[in-house]
Amino acid sequence: MSTAAETPYKPATATGRITDFVDQRVGGSGLLREFGRKVFPDHWSFMFGEVALYSFVILLLSGTFLTFFFDPSMAESVYNGSYVPLKGVDMSVAMNSTLNISFDIRGGLFMRQVHHWSALLFTASIAVHMLRVFFTGAFRKPRELNWVVGGVLLILSLADGFTGYSLPDDLLSGNGLRIIQGVISSIPVIGTYISFFLFGGEFPGTAIIGRLYVLHILLVPAMILLMIAIHLFMVVVHKHTQYPGPGRNDRNVVGYPLGPVYAAKAGGFFFIIFGVIAAIAALFTINPIWNYGPYDPSPISAGTQPDWYIGWVDGALRLMPGWLLGIPLEWNIPFPWGVNTLSLNVLIPALVPAGIVFTVLFIYPWIERWVTKDDREHHVLDRPRNAPTRTAIGMAGFTFYCVLWAAASSDLIATHFNVSLNDVIYWLRALLFLGPIVAFTVTKRIALALQRKDREIALHGRETGRIVRLPHGEYQEVHAQVDDYKRFKLVGYESPEPSAGVPNRNGIVTKQEKRRALLSRFFFEDRVAPATPAELHAAHGHGHEEIEASDKTKEVAR
Amino acid sequence: MKALSQKRRHPLAAVALLLLGLMLTGGLYAVATTANQAKAATTYSANDVQEGGKLFIANCATCHGMGASGSPDGPSLVGVGAAAVDFQVATGRMPMQAQGPQALQKPRQFNDEQTHELAAYVASLGAGPAIPEAKYTDGGGDAANGGVLFRVNCAMCHNAAAAGGALTRGKFAPALAGVSNQHIYEAMVTGPQNMPVFNDANITPSDKRDIITFLDTIEATGSPGGAALGSLGPVSEGLFIWIAGLGVVIAFTVWLTSRTS
Ligand code: HEC
Ligand code: HEC
Ligand code: HEM
Repeated sequence: MSTAAETPYKPATATGRITDFVDQRVGGSGLLREFGRKVFPDHWSFMFGEVALYSFVILLLSGTFLTFFFDPSMAESVYNGSYVPLKGVDMSVAMNSTLNISFDIRGGLFMRQVHHWSALLFTASIAVHMLRVFFTGAFRKPRELNWVVGGVLLILSLADGFTGYSLPDDLLSGNGLRIIQGVISSIPVIGTYISFFLFGGEFPGTAIIGRLYVLHILLVPAMILLMIAIHLFMVVVHKHTQYPGPGRNDRNVVGYPLGPVYAAKAGGFFFIIFGVIAAIAALFTINPIWNYGPYDPSPISAGTQPDWYIGWVDGALRLMPGWLLGIPLEWNIPFPWGVNTLSLNVLIPALVPAGIVFTVLFIYPWIERWVTKDDREHHVLDRPRNAPTRTAIGMAGFTFYCVLWAAASSDLIATHFNVSLNDVIYWLRALLFLGPIVAFTVTKRIALALQRKDREIALHGRETGRIVRLPHGEYQEVHAQVDDYKRFKLVGYESPEPSAGVPNRNGIVTKQEKRRALLSRFFFEDRVAPATPAELHAAHGHGHEEIEASDKTKEVAR
Repeated sequence: MKALSQKRRHPLAAVALLLLGLMLTGGLYAVATTANQAKAATTYSANDVQEGGKLFIANCATCHGMGASGSPDGPSLVGVGAAAVDFQVATGRMPMQAQGPQALQKPRQFNDEQTHELAAYVASLGAGPAIPEAKYTDGGGDAANGGVLFRVNCAMCHNAAAAGGALTRGKFAPALAGVSNQHIYEAMVTGPQNMPVFNDANITPSDKRDIITFLDTIEATGSPGGAALGSLGPVSEGLFIWIAGLGVVIAFTVWLTSRTS
């Protein structure tokens, strides 16, 4: 029956035979061919998504270890472990078991520190990843939805961080929970009910840690995993973006295929991240709950702050005045059934800044799309300077965030720079409103200036700092022309012009269209057009050649 | 007893009870507030007092007034006790150098003997907290109980790990590492500047001893988890991950991608 031509492929080695057996049944090689050939462009700024991914994997691993020993019960117990300054102190079982992980379980403290440090790195790398995506315009068509998935991931990771931070039931996290409880209670009408449902009665109750535990180890991570899967699937479907360069356009991707080079690099990178986190965890302490002691609603420590990624909300609360222009922000409103309190001094700072930031974040791709009326696919990124208004908006938002963030450490700023805490608060209040405006203006000017410089270099070359005297006595600075590859980077970008309102079918420019045109002016009024081929030709046409030629001979002589 | 129970519905019974209660609390309060002054451990000779008086006129009277009766530049020191002087002078806070939100610590200007004489002089002006007995400052108490008391009474200003904290308008509660046991005790009984007084009714001498023991213990234990980053909590941790952590990670990303771009 079998002829020589039809002889099935027969692997020579045992490994080969096993692999072939598996492949024939699950068809992995097809998958590998598909994914292995995905091309991934190389740029350091493209790696923060990976950093986030790897820190998440490390979080899962170290977190699993911690679940073996952590007990999320709020039952009362007496500490009897080996940390002397807490011996005999009453505390919840949750705190007790966390102390035991720290002091009485081999490697426990290290694992706790690995877990917490990687949580900080996870959130930090997500933030940087998001900034990279924003400032390079990677959120444009077709990646708007992936941007939204990313935003959901951001919120989920903040949520997972906060729930985890609250689990040990130490003084610091208890204070944090108390603040959250205050914020929840300030929501009109339903706030008190939500608080009672969440805490199973009065704060702190005996239910909250167990509930947060379920969220922290089950629900939120599962959602993050799901979202990561969608996120990465979309990255593969869309293919990765690339920076502008010769031979790169919206229809191709220039880089390494995923396998084997890129896969090897990525695998190695995982261990690098693991190594960095392990080194940090081994050398630097984090969340030393034994300093803070068990939670008890009466004490509070100076310098109480949440982890960095929640800091900005804490900062907003610190900046908010209780009175504004002589009017108290806490209103007691008499109702037929009694007096109800509306605490705007808590409600506004807790919800408004976060509301603004996340709303703008989620809808920004659509804002830009609407303003530019640009429906093309973009796979080539913008250098931030080539989208001055977007970059400026990003910096304004970043400044707003950073002022709130700084406000969360107002007390430490005061003690460490020997200034008055009150003054720090006053300054930061002013900066919260002025900072973004200043940042916007300055960033936009810088971006435009850089564009002008690029144009100048493309047309006239780089200043070399060498002055030559021409035969008729004139002095000129020698300009070195940049090579074509470099020049491509300097001229290969789009600079849209503001588009005026377009009349609709009935010949009317609608109000909405007028608004769009106004925004378009705001975005693109100030622009530096890239040097056109004609300009380039003209610029290089007259007389520069001799200087360049003499330039070259001098180069050798030097 | 029977007579009493019969009269308990007398119209004046409530008044009498109220009076009794008030007298009791008042009396207890009086006993409690004078409790501090009750123990004078150190004795001063007439010579100490005299020498102290001279030092005082030369160095302190400009602000605190003749006879330490106070002036616009400094409060009266009558009744602040030897403990206050020992704390203020031996930690270098007094004589105060510059007006500011808070008298800052600086190298001390008087040796032990002079400090002792100054304390003797001020103590002679009126009864006040004395230098604590050695048995309360030996650091041999119960650290865990001290920790509980510290978190309830002191951590809001000094930070749970005694790393210090900010108060309003440039005032601050200092970090407590390196402060001698005697000065910790004296700080509690005299309440220097913006710190409240913790008298013996508030925190008993043996509880004070526990607090001191706690502070000694955490200082001696150090940080079990590695470098403490100033014990400043999440702020220094956040700064660290952003600067050092991400810095190293970025260096690696640049290195990994440097071949092609
Ligand atoms: C430049 C002015 C100045 C000088 C000089 C000065 N003091 Fe004072 N002293 C002050 C002021 C002001 C305070 C109050 C500080 C506060 O409570 O904020 C004070 C507080 C004190 C207290 C604490 C009082 C209390 O209620 O506990 C003592 C004790 C004291 N001084 C002792 C001295 C002694 C002893 C000297 C001399 C060696 C001295 N001071 C020199 C200004 C001065
Ligand atoms: C309201 C805030 C506050 C509280 C509460 C407080 N302190 Fe203080 N403490 C201060 C301030 C402010 C100073 C600095 C005083 C000065 O510089 O003269 C201080 C100074 C001290 C010092 C001297 C530090 C040094 O460097 O010499 C010690 C010791 C001390 N406190 C211990 C305690 C203890 C123990 C408790 C709790 C029983 C406590 N404090 C509670 C605010 C506070
Ligand atoms: C759990 C958190 C996250 C993980 C694990 C993650 C992972 C990744 C990875 C590995 C990539 C490809 C490599 C890269 O460009 O860096 C990527 C791309 C992308 N991510 Fe994320 N990300 C996360 C959060 C976010 C957030 C918060 C946003 C923005 C709101 C976002 C938006 C994007 C976009 C738009 C791309 C495509 C970029 C491009 O093709 O240039 N991601 N992500």
